[in-house]
Amino acid sequence: MTVNPSGWRPTTPANEEGGAQTVTGNRALQLEEPLLFERGRLDQTGVDLPDAKVSGQRLSGLQRNRDIGLPGLSEPEMVRHYTRLSRQNYAIDLGLFPLGSCTMKHNPRLNEKVARMPGFADVHPLQPQETVQGALQVINELAFWLLDLTGMHGVAMSPKAGAHGELCGLLCIRSALEARGDPREVVLVPESAHGTNPATAAFAGYRVESIPANKAGRVDLEALKARLGPDVAAVMITNPNTCGLFEPDMIAISQAVHAAGAFVYCDGANFNAIVGKVRPGDLGIDAMHINLHKTFSTPHGGGGPGSGPVVLSEALAPFGPLPFVARMPDGTYKLVEEETAGEEHPDAFGRMTAFHGQMGMFTRALAYILSHGADGLRQVAEDAVLNANYVLRSLQDVLDAPFAKSGPCMHEAIFSDKGFAEGLSTIDLAKALIDEGFHPMTMYFPLVVHGAMLVEPTETESKAALDQFIAAMHSIAERAKAGDQSLKAAPLYAPRRRLDETLAARKPVLVYREPEQAKAAE
Amino acid sequence: MRYLPLSDTDRSQMLQAVGAKSIDDLFVDVPKAARLDGLIEGLPLHASELAVERHMGALSKNNMVAGEVPFFLGCGAYRHHVPASVDHIIQRGEFLTSYTPYQPEIAQGTLQMLFEFQTQVARLFGCDIANASMYDGSTACWEAILMAGRVTRREKAILSSGLHPHYVSVCKTMAKFTGDALATGLPLLSAETDAEQMIAAIDDQTGAVVVQYPDILGRITDLTPIAEAAHSKGALLIAVVTEPVALGLIKAPGEMGADIVVGEGQSIGVGLQFGGPYVGLLACNDKFVRQMPGRLAGETVDAEGKRGFVLTLSTREQHIRREKATSNICTSSVLCALAFTAHLTLLGEKGLRQLASLNHARACEVADRLAAIPGVELVNSSFFNEFTLKLPVEARPAVHDMVEKGVLGGVSLGRLYPDTAALANGLVIAVTETVTDEDIGALDAALREVLR
Repeated sequence: MTVNPSGWRPTTPANEEGGAQTVTGNRALQLEEPLLFERGRLDQTGVDLPDAKVSGQRLSGLQRNRDIGLPGLSEPEMVRHYTRLSRQNYAIDLGLFPLGSCTMKHNPRLNEKVARMPGFADVHPLQPQETVQGALQVINELAFWLLDLTGMHGVAMSPKAGAHGELCGLLCIRSALEARGDPREVVLVPESAHGTNPATAAFAGYRVESIPANKAGRVDLEALKARLGPDVAAVMITNPNTCGLFEPDMIAISQAVHAAGAFVYCDGANFNAIVGKVRPGDLGIDAMHINLHKTFSTPHGGGGPGSGPVVLSEALAPFGPLPFVARMPDGTYKLVEEETAGEEHPDAFGRMTAFHGQMGMFTRALAYILSHGADGLRQVAEDAVLNANYVLRSLQDVLDAPFAKSGPCMHEAIFSDKGFAEGLSTIDLAKALIDEGFHPMTMYFPLVVHGAMLVEPTETESKAALDQFIAAMHSIAERAKAGDQSLKAAPLYAPRRRLDETLAARKPVLVYREPEQAKAAE
Repeated sequence: MRYLPLSDTDRSQMLQAVGAKSIDDLFVDVPKAARLDGLIEGLPLHASELAVERHMGALSKNNMVAGEVPFFLGCGAYRHHVPASVDHIIQRGEFLTSYTPYQPEIAQGTLQMLFEFQTQVARLFGCDIANASMYDGSTACWEAILMAGRVTRREKAILSSGLHPHYVSVCKTMAKFTGDALATGLPLLSAETDAEQMIAAIDDQTGAVVVQYPDILGRITDLTPIAEAAHSKGALLIAVVTEPVALGLIKAPGEMGADIVVGEGQSIGVGLQFGGPYVGLLACNDKFVRQMPGRLAGETVDAEGKRGFVLTLSTREQHIRREKATSNICTSSVLCALAFTAHLTLLGEKGLRQLASLNHARACEVADRLAAIPGVELVNSSFFNEFTLKLPVEARPAVHDMVEKGVLGGVSLGRLYPDTAALANGLVIAVTETVTDEDIGALDAALREVLR
């Protein structure tokens, strides 16, 4: 097999207006980068390792003799390859990233430094516990903060991401119901919920039914009460909800759910709006995951790793998963695993992941929490909500804001494309925002608002940044209303124009194949 | 408060602009009974960067750091040298502080990197395709079992006794709720794996056979006969690789007929990090693509005909399919996937093969040396960079005694399989390129002393 440095370059359209062609396909700082497989060679490497003699006697005769097909790059080439790729990404470090529900706030670099301290980064998960007391203390300290900030009873630290946390919460609920001999089949999920909620409920073995929203963008309490019954295991609520609104009936909802013998699961994706202002425990919530990568600033990293600890009420805490960290009376820390769970945590529903959770995220989140403190975290929520309301009120004259009349929003503001001229919709505004140097907002979510645009500025944006964003939104919205069809061509200035997603799905190309192989496959 | 740009003047101007008298006006929807008027009690106030760094630094120091002592732990997490340039690349803000690439025109960096990652993983595992990563090896293992269930429409899986016990534990936990039937057992302290028993156990109800390669005791078994037996009964073979560096030296599971190969990618580029975040790998044959869980990057063209990449086949996923999705997974482990792919790019085929050979050669050397200690027996006849010793005493206290001598001398099977007398004397030793001659000498001496 040959891995061919094919000399690939992008085709620059010949008839492009105002743009001269370049030989390379590059445009000054906009640098094109071939695939690793078009660049590297099998005999190239960026490490200096000695050749070791291998007899092969202890390999069960399974030596890998055929080429694997993994080209290498020298260090300068490797650094350049990924640096060039990095420059084709938008990022919080570059500008406002108002992706609703995702909470793209600044990622403090102290957190990165802390996570790389050798006592956290270079310890093995199976080291004897006396050798990892500091690491266990980090988990315990973070757990303490999460419990205090939420007013809950217990916390499961091991879930690897928000959706994994949802699963953890639902499995606690299912275990609690089964323990009382009352297995139930249905989980109720509002129409406006994140897709993970119904997917998780199904993953946990439940049938999913949706509950409608009322005209004010909230859960319809009466409809919910009417549906509650002995078959309902849990209600999954997002609060603040995905329309960016607080559920004012939350306490009444919890009471009704509990009266029906069911549990309240809260999707904590939007906890950043209320941290330090409201404790979910005071709202009657039984389980809630906390996305450390949202509220507590751990980096999103282009789509993970996340981290999703789950806080639990007194009724659910006994069922939380293994392992977890316990503080002993003598001040030492202990990892409770299957071995001793029988005595210490007999109702644990089991294990969700190989080790103890996302340690690298715990250190970052704890550094963030300690930096802000109780006062700073409260200010975080207040500034996040203030910034969102500022955007809402600054744009409601030009964009349809379906819930603007029902009062203030929380940390995110929702708009729609109602009023745009024929042929133009949310995606066109979003793509035009790219040309203005912003990341678009969340598009077409939540599903309860047609053509939704969910804008979450977060508290780490300055007023000047918001004003510039508002000006850009104003201008694009006016153009969309006036029927400026040139919006359909946006983005014009990004590394790529609109990409053909239909083609990608119809003829999936998920791995690189050398030209001769690709031809043979056709 | 250094992370908050708004000044008090900004705040009052903005409150005025939104028509609120005070910030509390914006929280009116919160029921009075649940509103906190002041700060939550019992928590400290904000702190300077210096103060936080000191606090965290003190906690960091209260651990025995793998790189500062003779270190021989493996069993699902391996200590390899990570080149400095890898950590530099993952700290590029454009990678670190970007989101899931939902807007592909301004996320080509992440998307192309994931496409390259998928290609590398598929080739390393000997499969057609791979996804853009999962949470970790253990959750990828369970997702693969579910995936095999969707393909075969069977709910029974046979797990090899050589599968990491924590992976088994994750699968058992989940199967309790899904109703899948899992057959499992405990490994024996012997050179023979349970391949024969697995083959005999496969029946017409079996949807998946799950085999770790190399297994928890470090043994390497030929997967070909297991794959043939599984296929003859209509079942799929899932191979689990917790140490992907091994595949620079030994055959890929896909080459031996595995239908789905999952793995833990931690050992390439990611580092130990006390167990997470890691990066789950999942590869399979082309024909199963629509049953795969997780994100997939795919090639396409833009409006000008230029090559570009997008997230694709999302009709499998939760944000489109909701309760009918193939999985509830919403993120992958992209930054760790970047570390993996950047490290593998730096290694290249040549470097990976050198690294794997070096690991194996070093492990052979240590195995022979430790097996020469009176009373110590080498269990394995085959291994890559990890092998199991049978000590004349229980291994768990021996590991603690070695800690007293400043040596992190392996993982005892007593830790992994508590209360299992037949395994109590087993000690699993991993040897990578990071181990020095002095480290080996220290381990040899420490083990001799604790056995005295």
